[in-house]
Amino acid sequence: MIANIAFYVCSIILLASAALVVSSRNPVHSVLFLILSFFNAAVLFLIAGAEFLALILVIVYVGAVAVLFLFVVMMLDIDFAELRSGFQRYLPVGATVGAVLFVELVFVLGGWEFAPQAPVLRFSPAPANVSNTAALGRLLYTDYIFLFQAAGILLLVAMIGAIVLTLRDRKTSRHQSIRAQTDRTVAETLELVTVTVGAGVKEIGILRPKPVDPEPVEEVHHGN
Amino acid sequence: MATEVGLGHYLVVSAILLVLAIFGIFLNRKNVIIILMSIELMLLAVNLNLVAFSAALGDLVGQVFAMFVLTVAAAEAAIGLAIVVIYFRNRGSIQVEDVNLMKG
Repeated sequence: MIANIAFYVCSIILLASAALVVSSRNPVHSVLFLILSFFNAAVLFLIAGAEFLALILVIVYVGAVAVLFLFVVMMLDIDFAELRSGFQRYLPVGATVGAVLFVELVFVLGGWEFAPQAPVLRFSPAPANVSNTAALGRLLYTDYIFLFQAAGILLLVAMIGAIVLTLRDRKTSRHQSIRAQTDRTVAETLELVTVTVGAGVKEIGILRPKPVDPEPVEEVHHGN
Repeated sequence: MATEVGLGHYLVVSAILLVLAIFGIFLNRKNVIIILMSIELMLLAVNLNLVAFSAALGDLVGQVFAMFVLTVAAAEAAIGLAIVVIYFRNRGSIQVEDVNLMKG
């Protein structure tokens, strides 16, 4: 009974906040409603018995993706009023496409049924007396280990791609020049001086560090 | 509405969520960030479907697949937002209609 009430409350909040995501005037509000809808979807996952996925949803989506969205929305100085100028014009088209799709989905939802042999064809039935997380782990690290590794590689590629895309070298940033370091010779680093007794450093003309002309810094471009 | 919550309820919720997300893409046709958020909502609807069927059939593979969908969604959001950031840095706007540099 409590699960039923929680399901209805959370799905209503989920759908309302999803509607506000797409229709809200301020993108920051959109992101905050996106976070709210992810939380409610996590509750729906919990009610369905997928505890691990529910918590992953909260951690990954609310903790990382939504905050990334918030960061980008706040970082870019965008005239959002200008971006919304076509809102009224696009409303009829969007409503039409949405209505058509919804009618199609109603037909699908009204007419589908399980295949009679569906329970037999189950790939990996959920084991009894094992928690959801343990069961998922047993499956993920055995049968789906290659897919799991591929997902990790996908995330690695996405991370490298995002870094390469947004990396920007400023003129003021200081870099290590490996070429200059390995090309150093003894002659330019070590100087032998005969020193008369009692002479000071200034009189001999040794200044440390040695004043050198700064090497012109080449600006590196990373695709932008 | 005293019936037990089952597969049908989940399917209805995720269908409405998917329609809302597609509606959002059409509504905010100029704003890339809201379009990306709508895509996230769509993938959330897909995940809801996968989890609901997984729970109804007692088959865990649906939840494994939902995890991979989550991974792809996270990667997509990161790359998409990186592209938005460098596009804004170069052009000073994120309007979808301005993205026509490759046009001959």
